[in-house]
Amino acid sequence: MGVHAKLRAEAQARAGVLRRPRARRGLLPWLFLSPLLALNVLVVLGPSVGSVIIAFTDWTGMGNARWIGVANFVRMVHDPVYRIALINNLRWTAIFLTVPIAMGLLGASLLAGIRRGQILYRIAYFIPYIIASVVNAQIWRNILNPLLGIGPWLAHHGIPYFNVAFLGKEETALYTVAFVDNWHWWGFLVVVYLAAMQQVDPQLYEEARLEGAGRWQEFRYVTLPMIRPTLVFTLLMTVIWSFLVFDYIYILTRGGPAHSSEVLATEAYQAAFARFEAGYAAAVGLSMSLFTAIVVSLFMWLRRRGWEI
Amino acid sequence: MVNYVVLTLLAIFSLGPLSVLFFNSLKSVPDIARNPLGPPTIGVEWGNFPKAWALGRYAVTLRNSGLIVAATILGVCLVAGLAAYALSRFRFRGANFLMMYLLIGTSIPAQLFMVPLFVLWKWLGLLDNLGGIVIIYCALYSPFATFLLRSYMLTIPPDFEDAARVDGASEWLIFTRIVVPLSWPGFLTAALVVGLWAYNEFMFAVTFLHSDALKPVTTSFLAFASRYGRDWGMTSAGAVIMLIPIAALFLLLQRRFVEGLTQGGLRG
Repeated sequence: MGVHAKLRAEAQARAGVLRRPRARRGLLPWLFLSPLLALNVLVVLGPSVGSVIIAFTDWTGMGNARWIGVANFVRMVHDPVYRIALINNLRWTAIFLTVPIAMGLLGASLLAGIRRGQILYRIAYFIPYIIASVVNAQIWRNILNPLLGIGPWLAHHGIPYFNVAFLGKEETALYTVAFVDNWHWWGFLVVVYLAAMQQVDPQLYEEARLEGAGRWQEFRYVTLPMIRPTLVFTLLMTVIWSFLVFDYIYILTRGGPAHSSEVLATEAYQAAFARFEAGYAAAVGLSMSLFTAIVVSLFMWLRRRGWEI
Repeated sequence: MVNYVVLTLLAIFSLGPLSVLFFNSLKSVPDIARNPLGPPTIGVEWGNFPKAWALGRYAVTLRNSGLIVAATILGVCLVAGLAAYALSRFRFRGANFLMMYLLIGTSIPAQLFMVPLFVLWKWLGLLDNLGGIVIIYCALYSPFATFLLRSYMLTIPPDFEDAARVDGASEWLIFTRIVVPLSWPGFLTAALVVGLWAYNEFMFAVTFLHSDALKPVTTSFLAFASRYGRDWGMTSAGAVIMLIPIAALFLLLQRRFVEGLTQGGLRG
């Protein structure tokens, strides 16, 4: 989200590589900024403030609203669906903090070690990331089809363990959606980490080798510390984004069966656009922002305490 | 050697499912029933493509997506170009706060502002309106493009501008005649990334565009795929039609895509 670009430019400016912007008083810069600000107020900021107010009413999305204080929030805390959704968001966070990150680091460190074909592999890993969620979902809906998919095929060839209606069972639905989402996501991380690894001074690896470091030790004591800013940044974005996940769940399961793959975003969406509980939906949305805010403040607090992230 | 084995396994994991899609788009219904995952066995069924094109109404939906993407790119480049100029050329009170706000603003959950936005758009007549969705995309994607362009503009050497200032050129003239032409690679990168996002976007499209005449490829494909769910050959062909423009553009401009997306693309 531009954080990298910003930080890099900031660092360069501080190092004196770049000219610092001229000090300027008056309205001129704000004139240049006004379209951006107007759009933001119209689409994001204004409606967000609106939601904060709506969250304390019983508004349906039409007609009049009645002020009901914190009733929506009380209901939310006691609602079993909200609890399932929140737990699923936490599960999602745990999955995406480990599986794609590990796959990304593995792919990137292997790619950094080869000469021939690096670009081809990079393209291969990156392609699923640029394909629309509806298409990716369709691909896997077919592959995981309980009648014609890979499960029955494997069962026919003597491996019965995968003959499951992955998306239709409460035990597997969430993890299956996470698997599909991860399939399109991990390759992106490979490319991000590879870019970071290519910035590492090759001399560090040579020194490590001279001291007899093995592959794992090189990775652990040279690569990981050197790409830490990138790594921490992707971890941060993973946490934030795990609380916002919507597309793949809505497309593949709509939060079902029986809310087993429900997350906060789909619950808020259903409340707003299927059950016409705009007030309650706003309360759920507000709680989602609270989680994001906590994560962002934690990140900024750590930075202020001198963590290099 | 071990490197290549693992890397190839990962590449198969990545591309295997896509090849299933391509195979299926070339298979007839009986072929899929017998052999749902492998390459076609009873001849290639090209007929899936014209059938999908017609029943999926791709002439209409691709046109809608094209309009949305083009307008979003134009809008974002204009809005973000102006903002990036201000943030790279002027030091003023509130600049840091503003950048922090834009940064945090990009991680505000859409569910927070979606309902009031929906009502506001209905009231303004922007609901079920291509212009309405374009405004939303411009607002959502401009902060990213602003950061990207700002960091790009910061690297432009000051000589030309200083010379122009000595000659008495206005800020507007310097912006349009010097900074914008010199930052075109930044604009191209931003345009590619924003275009990709706008083409693939799902949540706002499904919420704000309802009539079939206005749906972009994403939401119309979802409806198409669930309506003709049994005909895997045709729905797969529809998916292929939808991803061809993106895949072609990506393979052509791979480096720039990767550069732009890895700088700013940590989105779902």
